[in-house]
Amino acid sequence: MSPTDKAVDVAAVDVAVSLRDVSMAFGGKTVLASVSLDIAPGSVVALLGANGAGKSTLIKILSGVHTDHGGEVRVAGEPAALQSPLAARKLGIQTVHQRIGEGIVPGLTVAENLVFEELAQKRGNPFLNGRRVLARAREIQAGLELDWSDALLRRDVTELGISDRQLLILARALATRPRLLILDEPTSALSATEAERLFALVERMRDDGIAVLYVSHRLGEIDALADRLVVLRDGGLTDDQVKPFDWDSALRAMLAQAHEATSARPQRSGEHGDVVLGLHGVHLFEGRAPLDLDLRAGEVTGVVGLLGAGKTELARGLFGAEPFPTGKVELDGKPYAPRRPSDAIRAGVHLVPEDRHADALVPGWSVAQNISLPFLKSLSRAGLVNTAKEDALGRGTIDALGVVARDEHSTVEELSGGNQQKVVVGRWLAETPRVLILDEPFRGVDIGARRDIGRRARALAAEGAAVLVLSADVDEVLEIADRVVVLAAGEVHLDAYGEDAERDRVIQTISASV
Amino acid sequence: MTTTQSSEAAPKALAPPAVSTAVLVQNAVIKYGFIFVTVALFLYFALSEGSFRESATMLDTLRYVSVAAILGLGVTVTMAVGGMDMSVGAVAGLGVTVAAKTMVTYNQVGTVAILAVIAAGALAGLLNALLIVVMKIPDMLATLGTMFVIQGTKLILVDGQSISAGMTESDGSTAPGKFTAGFLRIDRGTMLGIPISVLIFGALTVIAWVFLARTRWGRVLYAIGANPEASRLAGIRVGAYRALAYVLSGVLASIGGLILASRIGQGDVSAGTSQLLEAVAVALVGTSVLGRGRPNVWGTALGAVLIGIITTGLTIKGLPYYTQDVVEGAVLILALVFSFTLSKRRTA
Repeated sequence: MSPTDKAVDVAAVDVAVSLRDVSMAFGGKTVLASVSLDIAPGSVVALLGANGAGKSTLIKILSGVHTDHGGEVRVAGEPAALQSPLAARKLGIQTVHQRIGEGIVPGLTVAENLVFEELAQKRGNPFLNGRRVLARAREIQAGLELDWSDALLRRDVTELGISDRQLLILARALATRPRLLILDEPTSALSATEAERLFALVERMRDDGIAVLYVSHRLGEIDALADRLVVLRDGGLTDDQVKPFDWDSALRAMLAQAHEATSARPQRSGEHGDVVLGLHGVHLFEGRAPLDLDLRAGEVTGVVGLLGAGKTELARGLFGAEPFPTGKVELDGKPYAPRRPSDAIRAGVHLVPEDRHADALVPGWSVAQNISLPFLKSLSRAGLVNTAKEDALGRGTIDALGVVARDEHSTVEELSGGNQQKVVVGRWLAETPRVLILDEPFRGVDIGARRDIGRRARALAAEGAAVLVLSADVDEVLEIADRVVVLAAGEVHLDAYGEDAERDRVIQTISASV
Repeated sequence: MTTTQSSEAAPKALAPPAVSTAVLVQNAVIKYGFIFVTVALFLYFALSEGSFRESATMLDTLRYVSVAAILGLGVTVTMAVGGMDMSVGAVAGLGVTVAAKTMVTYNQVGTVAILAVIAAGALAGLLNALLIVVMKIPDMLATLGTMFVIQGTKLILVDGQSISAGMTESDGSTAPGKFTAGFLRIDRGTMLGIPISVLIFGALTVIAWVFLARTRWGRVLYAIGANPEASRLAGIRVGAYRALAYVLSGVLASIGGLILASRIGQGDVSAGTSQLLEAVAVALVGTSVLGRGRPNVWGTALGAVLIGIITTGLTIKGLPYYTQDVVEGAVLILALVFSFTLSKRRTA
């Protein structure tokens, strides 16, 4: 297929996609109120908004998932009926969703996944021809300069790492030469270098005349990449800027309350607390230097590192989910070797895992039931669950963390991502931990929720617990941590408090460790 | 249709939260449709057939379904952990054989037979747990395997023949014992006019409901079924609980076997085989009751009652027995439509 077959004549229209008074309500609750927006070809429009602001709804309307909305969507000047995801794709609107796993077909090769959309079309040769598929896949990857060898194209797609999968999904969307490409949190699972690759691709698309709607919580990315930014709050557009952006205004528009653009770093004063958790000679990876690390009472320790630095291994090891193969750990001076999570919980070591959907939430269950799950024993008498106590626990968490939910009986699916994360964090605060480990607690979480979670974590530390935050985002860690540890390939590269852990030094350490 | 679809700029706060009647009706159909069908069928048979109305018929219906219902409760427990137990029919059959062997060949009293049967059921459950939890074989395949093994074991145990009082053993001697009168009372006796097997069915239903819906252990079983990894990371010993589910299923199946043995009154080698599909059907039908789309005890019990009503009603109506399977199958499919097709649509 040559580009001219399906190429959109972008020069003829100056608006790729335009929304006119688009609104949407679920069960009487308005989630989008009269949104109007023109997206020009060859531009990157960043969409900002807190969780629950209506971003997902807007994306779903544009990608043909929600069809019963009010108002009008025009594509290239013509009223468009986006009645199904297929219809949206045919009109040139491609969406890359946040959860990339949904787009990958395990068991097929990388090449087959690349051309999957074309394979799935009704027309064309029904028989898979390995050579033809490979040729087409080669063409796609060459056009995007992915540098993927034939050997890699022939591999099973499940052998790809998460960032390459992301690129694959993106490449597949681009192969159809879309008019509008929607990217929903595309870097949430990527490290800094991997994200750079993605940005280069996005810039190429823009130069090719594709309109890009870029949804992200990472302000740095938006600053570097976007030509324009719009802010959604409570279902309405509250800010619309072109570069250079006024971040103070954007963040205020997004969060309603006044907000200081550069938040004050927590400042540790005086003595360090006692060592709560001591790691001695722990190997996160084989063949790497052993790790020694002390976590102290009253402190938030932030561990920064790229994907594969060993953050998750550290968290899961301390929680007994994947015990460390070597080394010794002491908890309050006593040997601590959890063989399974229940050992850790009994010792007061709690983990908020990285992926709340896969590893924390029970789908279909209420907020209260999700919170009580690890602590049912203390909520029961003779095995019978005291639901009054359980509901009270749920309400308490909702209040303490500012969870936006109808009540404690709402199912977790009814909540936005940030509020789901608050529920998971709240669960592990339901019984006061001695050590709280938060693995990427701010992924896909809006700034408001991030502040609420950060505040609770700091309050817990102030009560004398040791808090460990693991994240790939330097700013997130700096915002919350007293002490910053830079981890790379399972080894500590920096361990500093307060002013010694300032932003540039942390970033330099990370880039030097690569 | 909504009544106030205002295109003009009416203040939103004034518009009432309109939920369309169509949605309300559909939700009601999903939630109560199943109970409605059961009651309607009951009334239809009761009004058109005089003999259906008699309390003896109703109790007989319940007595008839009690075995499949109790087996279905076991299947429900394994479905709660996201599994399935295909061996319940075979375990019930094993119970019949063990009961007969204990009383007829070894000349033991009923109580010993009951203990032996339940022990055999627990053992079968442990075997399932070993295969599924320790050896990581998919539940459906593992229990299919144990089903065959248990059926075969049963035949070996009795040299391939049915056991009855006064039979000639393989060594030429005459079997010394018989089914004791007390044991036979399990299915044939009554208490306050209600068959004991029906009372057992009722009691087990209540116990299973309290266990699954009200205790922390039941809660944990459901959590494992809904998200095993999240359950593990919440400190739950997932393997132990899954093993527990299969042992409970084995014990429940063996109790079904006790009733069956008491009903047949001899060690019929083919007993229990036909109970499997009914038990699985009953548990699956149960998932559609109350539109929850998940295994639950009352649903299973009601599903069993529905199948009982249909079978008895159609028998009285003169439908030949060999049409039963088609009818039961149709009921199962209808229930699956309720719990998958319709409730999925509601949430979409």
